[in-house]
Amino acid sequence: MEVPILKQGRYLIATIQAALSDEDLLQFRRALLDRVIQFRSRGVVVDVTALDVMDSFATRTLRDITYMIRLRGADTVIVGIQPEVAFAMVQLGLTLEGVATALDLEEGLAHLEQRARSSS
Amino acid sequence: MPDDIRVLIRSNLDIVKARQEGRALAARTGFSATDVTLIATAISELARNIVSYARQGEIVLGVVESANAKGVTIISRDSGPGIRSIDDAMRDGYSTSGGLGLGLPGVRRLVDEFIIESVLGRGTVVRVTKWLR
Repeated sequence: MEVPILKQGRYLIATIQAALSDEDLLQFRRALLDRVIQFRSRGVVVDVTALDVMDSFATRTLRDITYMIRLRGADTVIVGIQPEVAFAMVQLGLTLEGVATALDLEEGLAHLEQRARSSS
Repeated sequence: MPDDIRVLIRSNLDIVKARQEGRALAARTGFSATDVTLIATAISELARNIVSYARQGEIVLGVVESANAKGVTIISRDSGPGIRSIDDAMRDGYSTSGGLGLGLPGVRRLVDEFIIESVLGRGTVVRVTKWLR
């Protein structure tokens, strides 16, 4: 299950479209980092609306992706965490500390624009 | 029970399979979307422990019914190394595999009943139940 990554100007938009195995998640991490380097992207939106479970591995991988991209000087926003998924994550004790989140793709892109303006 | 669903766990791909089976069973049993997600997440963590610590094992899913309650039971069974100290394993932040160490205490918070038995060198069985309200 490959995650499509679209280039939109200075940004990348990755939309997870189905449940991912651990291998899929690691493959996604590699592919996304490659694209960030290739396109010298300034920001990334990862849309997880279709993820029905965010367990410890998925949460850790998304956090790692964000930290790695930050070391490249780019921002990442996770968007579309479903309410029941958010509830389960908190019950499980999982956090996305230091990771930006937004309601949906539109707000995620707005967040990146805002970050770009405030740092320029 | 004859209607139990048994999912062999041998690789990370089976984790996805187990939680999809659990999600479907919980939905059929009448759980809300939130509870279905809690159940699927618990299965994911239990199956992950099998892959990380024991390499292989099984997840058995079933419906339990008593006079005035109905629920879903998840049994995670492996013949792995076992857990040296269950008290330690049930503390937040404890891990022996370099993981987050949130597995078991987190799973306990997702469900209503949580029973764990482990014998060093023999394996571990975790049995959890979520009741329909």
